[in-house]
Amino acid sequence: MTTDKTMDKRSSAFEYAPAPESRSVVDIAPSYGLFVDGEFTDAADGKVFKTVSPSTEEVLSEVAQAGAEDVDRAVRAARKAFEKWSALPGSERAKYLFRIARIVQERSRELAVLETLDNGKPIKETRDADLPLVAAHFFYYAGWADKLGHAGFGADPRPLGVAGQVIPWNFPLLMLAWKIAPALATGNTVVLKPAETTPLSALFFADICRQAGLPKGVVNILPGYGDAGAAVVAHPDVNKVAFTGSTGVGKEIARTVAGTRKKLTLELGGKGANIVFDDAPIDQAVEGIVNGIFFNQGQVCCAGSRLLVQESIQDELLDSLKRRLSTLRVGDPLDKNTDVGAINSAEQLARITALADQGEAEGAERWSPSCELPENGYWFAPTLFTGVTQAHRIARDEIFGPVLSVLTFRTPDEAVAKANNTPYGLSAGIWTEKGSRILAVANKLRAGVVWSNTFNKFDPTSPFGGYKESGFGREGGRHGLEAYLDV
Amino acid sequence: MSNDVSNSGSAARRLSVFKTYKLYVGGKFPRSESGRVYEVTDSKGDWLANAPLSSRKDARDAVVAARKAFSAWSGATAYNRGQILYRIAEMLEGRRGQFVREVAEAEGLSKSKAAAVVDAAVDRWVWYAGWTDKIAQVVGGGNPVAGPFFNLSSPEPTGVVAVLAPQESSFLGLVSVIAPVIATGNTAVVVASERAPLPALSLGEVLATSDLPGGVVNVLSGRTAEIAAPLASHQDVNAIDLAGADEALAKELEIAAADNLKRVLRPQAVDGAADWTAVPGIDRMTAFLETKTVWHPTGSLGASGSSY
Repeated sequence: MTTDKTMDKRSSAFEYAPAPESRSVVDIAPSYGLFVDGEFTDAADGKVFKTVSPSTEEVLSEVAQAGAEDVDRAVRAARKAFEKWSALPGSERAKYLFRIARIVQERSRELAVLETLDNGKPIKETRDADLPLVAAHFFYYAGWADKLGHAGFGADPRPLGVAGQVIPWNFPLLMLAWKIAPALATGNTVVLKPAETTPLSALFFADICRQAGLPKGVVNILPGYGDAGAAVVAHPDVNKVAFTGSTGVGKEIARTVAGTRKKLTLELGGKGANIVFDDAPIDQAVEGIVNGIFFNQGQVCCAGSRLLVQESIQDELLDSLKRRLSTLRVGDPLDKNTDVGAINSAEQLARITALADQGEAEGAERWSPSCELPENGYWFAPTLFTGVTQAHRIARDEIFGPVLSVLTFRTPDEAVAKANNTPYGLSAGIWTEKGSRILAVANKLRAGVVWSNTFNKFDPTSPFGGYKESGFGREGGRHGLEAYLDV
Repeated sequence: MSNDVSNSGSAARRLSVFKTYKLYVGGKFPRSESGRVYEVTDSKGDWLANAPLSSRKDARDAVVAARKAFSAWSGATAYNRGQILYRIAEMLEGRRGQFVREVAEAEGLSKSKAAAVVDAAVDRWVWYAGWTDKIAQVVGGGNPVAGPFFNLSSPEPTGVVAVLAPQESSFLGLVSVIAPVIATGNTAVVVASERAPLPALSLGEVLATSDLPGGVVNVLSGRTAEIAAPLASHQDVNAIDLAGADEALAKELEIAAADNLKRVLRPQAVDGAADWTAVPGIDRMTAFLETKTVWHPTGSLGASGSSY
């Protein structure tokens, strides 16, 4: 790994005192059960697994591990609860969801610290992005519950039944909100499996359901591994499957539900192109590029992991970008000044490391700012590859880590062609001061979300989802209702 | 054929001219590259024609044609697409007699019932012609995000759609699955009803004279299962409509379609029971639309007060 000496000096000019967020706001129990039919219970086979803090490798808690038998029990509980829940007036379902939104807001600092501990992402992000969006998502869909007849899906659209939902570890509670809020608003009941490395916030959410007085069985939470997720997807009494995760698993799920009546939505991987034209405001673009690939350590399906920069401004942009990367603070996620936290797991770190090594082996030039990484935990320095071609694996595969591949282009047509040269189609960014060029390029990009002169913006009213192998269906907005209605 | 020989006055009986039915691919009328044909009979089992028995290669060629046509067709204005769909209705109306005969023979219908089917098919083109420049407003729109952004969601066509036309309703069913796919800017590779492909092959002749760019609709005849398999697994096909597949075939194709995450429209009802005369909803259009959401910063003029 090469380091730049001048960058060293510049970054060391800033010394920050530690500013850790207090852990005392969250009380993590030594063990947690599955949340089925309103009760916390052990797994049928008594299995448990440990969840660790990725930044320290400290064991946070021991969690019951769901198996096929537990999935069956949870689906039966959800089925039983469905009859009454779906028959409730929408206005009553709405009030439950409003209650949940409010309790999330009340407990948001606790949940932010918890999420940072279990996931490894900076407290700055959980506090200012994840948690506000979680509350907003419940608040938004709460309002739809008694207005479904106006949503454009017929006068009285019906729920599907039991929704089986499998979510990833990168935004554990936010992905839960994206799944559960629209499902409940439309009158479905839920069996949700959080990721094995980040089960805690979902289990705390179970407690929020209890506080909100949500009828038992409406939400069931099954921490576990891929086998539990597969059992949820394959269960014959599940009517709807929603999955966010890798494209590989998404394809497997699509095969599993083939030939059934199960409705399927998939939100999968991406290899987003962030296109910077020669007239772009460089400083803003640099901030957008940094946000695009280092937000949440790059463990974001819609990350701007390919930087496409117009050849004429390549040097200027890369200089600015490197200067900016040298000021990123990598370290303790609970520190309020931290910009880049820990990688979520040893497995993910190994994957990122292998892909970055391959980038180097294939001839791309690797650069990282000098930064001291903590001794324990899973860490990867922000990394930039230049001299990347479209044939390089780091330009084609989703790395899902803080690794940016830089490619160049000369004309807008070339930029569009390169941006679209991927089986994925989730996100893209455009940086230019020319309005007509924004519209023309946005129009040609085959991606579900396009950010012009900004990046990684999310909102519950804004539909999110992919083209091509990034999946199908939309989450958020009026569009997000369709996935949970029998239409 | 019912009219192969006709009386012309009292003198000699005139021998009619048969039509060689051909595929419609890329705006041209090729035979199957395999050189194969199969016998198509009417509902009583009498010979009607030899239709091309398309091969896997024909299917792949059709995908290439559909992909080539996608950029221009999806980039055409919605108004222009509407005009062309309406032109298809006009052309069809002009050849009404031919289609009434073909549908009657294919489906064993009386002339009046077949006429009703053809009329409904013409009207369906008109219905979808009107949709091209309305669907975006119905399913897209601005989103009131909590921040200084103009946020707009718009529907865009999914791409190349493989369409297995209904087996029973050889013409109204066919039109009912093609029109919604192309109205929104997709291009299509259509597999005609296996037993009754002639109305579909003749529709190609209508499409060719309606200003519809070549390749937007490609029509193949033959064994549905044989042609559908390479389409379902084709990496450059973006979606598949399984209307004409039975339960076992539909499952098999849906599994194959997962390889590149094609959008799959499952058979809505048992084929024979499907009611193609009912007014369609928008589902067949939205099944092959992607929602693109674009965020634009709105900036600020820096003014503090409200001054409209």
